[in-house]
Amino acid sequence: MTVKKTFTIKNELGLHARAAGRLVEVANRYRSVIRLERDGRQADGRSLLDILTLACPRGARVVIRAEGDDAREAVDEMGKLIEERFGEEQDS
Amino acid sequence: MKDRDVRETIALKGTAVSPGIVIGRAHVLHHHEAPIPRRSLDKKNLIAAEIQRFRKALKESEKQLLAIKKKLRDQEGIEPLYIIDVHIMILNDRMLINRTVANIEEGVNAEWALRKTLDKYKEVFSKVDDDYLRERMTDVEYVGQRILRNLVGEQGEAISGAGENVIIVARDLSPADTMQIKVEKILGFATDIGGKTSHTAIVARSYEIPAVVGLQKITSEVRTNDRVIIDGTAGVVIVNPDPEVVRRYEDKMRHYKVMEDDLLQYAGRPAVTADGHRVRIGVNIEFMEEVPSAITHGAEGIGLYRTEFIYINKERLPTEEEHFENYRTIVGARGLKWSTIRTFDLGGDKFISDPKVAKEMNPVMGLRAIRFCLKEVELFKVQLRAILRASALGRVKILFPMISGIEEIREAKRIFYEVKRELQSREVPFDPEIKLGIMVEVPSAVMVADSLAREVDFFSIGTNDLIQYTLAIDRVNERVSYLYEPLHPAVLRLIKRVVDAGHHAGIEVAMCGEMAGEPLYTMVLLGLELDELSMNALVIPRVKKIIQEVNMKECRALLKKVLTMSTAAEIEYFVRSYMVKKFPDAFAEETP
Repeated sequence: MTVKKTFTIKNELGLHARAAGRLVEVANRYRSVIRLERDGRQADGRSLLDILTLACPRGARVVIRAEGDDAREAVDEMGKLIEERFGEEQDS
Repeated sequence: MKDRDVRETIALKGTAVSPGIVIGRAHVLHHHEAPIPRRSLDKKNLIAAEIQRFRKALKESEKQLLAIKKKLRDQEGIEPLYIIDVHIMILNDRMLINRTVANIEEGVNAEWALRKTLDKYKEVFSKVDDDYLRERMTDVEYVGQRILRNLVGEQGEAISGAGENVIIVARDLSPADTMQIKVEKILGFATDIGGKTSHTAIVARSYEIPAVVGLQKITSEVRTNDRVIIDGTAGVVIVNPDPEVVRRYEDKMRHYKVMEDDLLQYAGRPAVTADGHRVRIGVNIEFMEEVPSAITHGAEGIGLYRTEFIYINKERLPTEEEHFENYRTIVGARGLKWSTIRTFDLGGDKFISDPKVAKEMNPVMGLRAIRFCLKEVELFKVQLRAILRASALGRVKILFPMISGIEEIREAKRIFYEVKRELQSREVPFDPEIKLGIMVEVPSAVMVADSLAREVDFFSIGTNDLIQYTLAIDRVNERVSYLYEPLHPAVLRLIKRVVDAGHHAGIEVAMCGEMAGEPLYTMVLLGLELDELSMNALVIPRVKKIIQEVNMKECRALLKKVLTMSTAAEIEYFVRSYMVKKFPDAFAEETP
């Protein structure tokens, strides 16, 4: 099963190290192959460095694509993190 | 032969990341990068062993980072900076490992393979259009260095043993570095690389330690134990400053410490006394980086722009364009009404390593300032041309230093008119109304101030030199510095004489020496009827507060009383008691 969904980065700092790190933590818990895409560039969802090189500021649109039996759950959980601004305070 | 122990003054500019000013001794931390050998591996089993070796170094590195994290939490009782977690994640990064393993499989040793991976990331990150992310490359680099050290087998950190009460100078600092230093005991930080969100910057801000990063070559310009000034507000670092510069910064530091936020409310208001007398407030600067802070602190214009650092910093003489770049930025700064640019005010020995420019026995009285410029006419013209060109962009005034008599100002003006005509004929735009003034700082100039006033558009009293020439004291000589007394009756009378002569001739009189920025003297200076006071930015709010709360009548009365007294001690005591009584909060425990 392949699941693909687009999200907009909402937290102030964008996909910085801590935020990207949390995505990696989540991605590591799933069996699916997970990739992040932005503007035609791809990153391994389990690689902090890869995600950082996508350089997503606030407002960037990111596609999460997962392939595997738990793809839906993986995309949902990662998407939730993005939607909830990685728990960052609104104005921090 | 040049004396190797006489260290030259240099100024470096970087990114101001943690405000404040500090003067101290440098402790240079040299981060030795692990040397990287390259070996070709041709046998399968060698490659497998190499991959094993790489994985072992990763494990070792992770163990070290976890130990650092634990130490921070257990011994220091602080929550480890999340950046250490990021480092651990980088260490375990799938792609970092995969790429390196793939490189090893191509038949090279682990060190070389890792270096290749790191360089690849370096390339990618350098193209990222985001300061924060670009700086994460330094994190990748740290982790890489750690793995490399473990591969090469070199243990131990580079920087244990950094002393206390020093200014740390390094290429950059990692969390692992800073945790080995007692950060709270460090005076300041200056680093080659980094930006506002790099680790050094974050640590410095959290401990309120002045820091400038991104200085590019500070580690190669500074040696341990060199004297260093860090201005974390302007983003400037001065290495081996001469005593005069040190004094200036000590003065700034003093005011920085007493600067309270509630004083800033006075910054934006005009300097008008309770009875409506207005005084212009200028700022003294030497780097264009100081302009934003000057504006925040309430400067209305630049009363003194010292241009010496344009010369000092260089291996060769600055070009007209280099001058112009500096002046343009300052003159064009929004929020400043005028810029008084002082022409070169040093002796030639400060920047020309020509043996013909002899070391002078008594440089303050030697071939310097306008004397030097009148001799080195070409050097002078380059500066005048650049200043004139800048005058097309905003209001500029030119200030000639160290004028001692009529001949000097006439000669300076003659050269100035020559430059002006030359620009005119080339149709280069400038302000035809540009004002010329002189520093009144030599006692002889005071005595002939009436004649000088007919030659120029304004005076600016340079009290530092005026006091030292008048009282015959070398301020740098600690054995006589106690005699340096701004409130000496002779000094006050000289100032009064200059103001009276200027006003009689219908020209304005400013003061730009340190005396102008001493709040204790503000009322006396108002009584002296100065038109402009120019001082360091940090003290402006305090001086403005005093101006706004007094009236001219009492200032004149205070001055009148003071002028009847015959000793500096008597005047000092009287003025201090008067000010303490009138402003008990402002002068509680301070001594100027």
